[in-house]
Amino acid sequence: MLLEVKNLHVEVEGKKILNGLTLAVEKGQVAAIMGPNGSGKSTLAYVLAGKPGYQVTEGDVLLDGESVLDMAADERAAKGVFLAFQYPVEVPGVATMTFLRTALNAQRKARGEAELMTPQFIKLVNETAGKLGISADMLRRAVNVGFSGGEKKRNEILQMAVLQPRLAVLDETDSGLDIDALKIVAEGVNRLRAPERAMVVITHYQRLLNFIVPDVVHVLARGRVVKSGGKELALELEAKGYAQFADEAA
Amino acid sequence: MNVEVRATKTSAEQALAAAYAAARGALPGKDAIAKLREAAFARFEVAGLPHRRVEEWKYTDLRALMRNAYPLAPPPDAAAKARANKAASILGDVDCRRLLFVDGAFAPDLSDLSPEPGLTVGGMADALAKGDPQVSQVGKVFETADVAVALNTALMGDGAVIRVADGAVIKRPIHLVFAAGSEKPSAAFLRSLIVVGKGARVTLVEEHGSGSNQVNAALELAVGEEAEVDYFKITRAQGLHVASLLASVGAKAKFNTFAFTCNSSVVRNQSFIRFAGEGTHAGIRGVSLLRGKEHVDTTLLIDHAKGHCESREQFRSVLDGESHGVFQGKIVVEPHAQKTDAKMMTRALLLSDEAEADNKPELEIFADDVVCGHGATAGALDPGLKFYLMSRGISEREAEALLIQAFIGETIEEIAHEGIRGALMKAAVDWLSARG
Repeated sequence: MLLEVKNLHVEVEGKKILNGLTLAVEKGQVAAIMGPNGSGKSTLAYVLAGKPGYQVTEGDVLLDGESVLDMAADERAAKGVFLAFQYPVEVPGVATMTFLRTALNAQRKARGEAELMTPQFIKLVNETAGKLGISADMLRRAVNVGFSGGEKKRNEILQMAVLQPRLAVLDETDSGLDIDALKIVAEGVNRLRAPERAMVVITHYQRLLNFIVPDVVHVLARGRVVKSGGKELALELEAKGYAQFADEAA
Repeated sequence: MNVEVRATKTSAEQALAAAYAAARGALPGKDAIAKLREAAFARFEVAGLPHRRVEEWKYTDLRALMRNAYPLAPPPDAAAKARANKAASILGDVDCRRLLFVDGAFAPDLSDLSPEPGLTVGGMADALAKGDPQVSQVGKVFETADVAVALNTALMGDGAVIRVADGAVIKRPIHLVFAAGSEKPSAAFLRSLIVVGKGARVTLVEEHGSGSNQVNAALELAVGEEAEVDYFKITRAQGLHVASLLASVGAKAKFNTFAFTCNSSVVRNQSFIRFAGEGTHAGIRGVSLLRGKEHVDTTLLIDHAKGHCESREQFRSVLDGESHGVFQGKIVVEPHAQKTDAKMMTRALLLSDEAEADNKPELEIFADDVVCGHGATAGALDPGLKFYLMSRGISEREAEALLIQAFIGETIEEIAHEGIRGALMKAAVDWLSARG
């Protein structure tokens, strides 16, 4: 099992958000996490990535059987955790190319691997960027500065493609995207599906799952998984809404 | 009755008065210059060292900071010259015309005085002593009652006198290196005069690595009409360093200044800049990097005396440890200086809870058809940005370094000269890596 979340309880500023969440994701699997607003979807994403300020009061998060809760975000990244942000931040003054190279080499160094030679690296970035419709000009510009919402999301997928994580967590990657941008992003994600890689796709709407077809769907309500099923569960949710789970998690 | 009652003189003030009394007969310059010194000293006698109740010096209390006054630096001997000559420069191997000043004294034998059309270079003490007609401009480029400038005028020793002829294009930057030579603590009152003719172009770099000495430096810079002048001041001073730029900028000139300060104990960089003609574009910028108990004060008086000028004031400081950064920027738009376009922005990045940043922007606008603005921010690194970088595998230290570098870099990027831009960025990175 690549990812195991066991009975996870999380508080943010004294407010309980996750309430005994249990979840397992296998290698090669794409797991969709669906749920209404306030169910704890983004909190789960941040806790997996190691954002400070989220207090785990009970439970554990294991990656390949190893607890990651004591690891800082950069250590988790080196172990293969990647979070595609719902709202990617702008990083003024740091060129995208520099950012990618610094991140990749920091991870490689942490894993005891040699730093990647520049020409190889640039080729990798340019090819991937090309497929995602990211121009050379955008790569020279500061990370996400002046990018449109869609460009920011595509840039997240570019980073994922360059960093080749083992566990990718996509937090509302569809939000703010029109249908064309959504297709480009979904294609980028689908290209990265691999037997060794698991993906956790967090979304409010079923629409994204037409393009990134999940192996399993978990429904989150009030901080825990209340129902799991196949991809057809997403369609059921689309038809019936989340109201049916309002009481189950209480 | 309106009588100013002065407190008893501090020991530093007494020592300065004694130094002036002892040196006045030997200080270079007669007649008009001697009169200028007398008047300036009288100004100092009345006001004393500036202190916190003097608004312009509120955050840099020179009377408290200057416990004693060091003796005036003696003329450098061979050993002092050799030491100063080896002093490292932030500019590294940037190709410059280097002029060396040892404990404030011009060292022509260690300076590049190779002839170049349109360029005249000499020492201030020599020019004052000879009564060179050029020095008739001394004290006149930007007249001010500032006491640090008055003290400089009273005791001014040596410095550079540079003239760039009308239309001359000086290829290499002129690099004024002020280095410490003597191993004994001393004081130097440096005065330079640079006159750039109409339509001339020159890049000037004034670099101070003044050891633990007390330095009071003043540069009078007259920028001619349509001239293009880039002026850099690089300061790494372990002692007490007070520097004044007194500049007058002619019509349609392009004028840029950049102050880079790091590894310095107490620095006051004050710039008095007047736009004396219309249609000038000016960029007044700087970066200060502070740690420990360092104190760096940047004070500007930007006088838009004529209309249709554009000025951009952009300063950034990074403050670690218990350091103290000060920015005081005053923009004055005089009556009839219509169509003035002035924007001032200062940002302080605080890396520690004990560091302090004081920002005091001021606009005094006496014309009605102008665009003026100012902004000031002070804050820590954005935790959201730091998490974003760390979530990509970048360590906390490296993430901080990257963000700090970006913060400084946005201002350094504005520098046109590639070599100097690279050298300052490298110096900033070195400063960051010393953070550990």
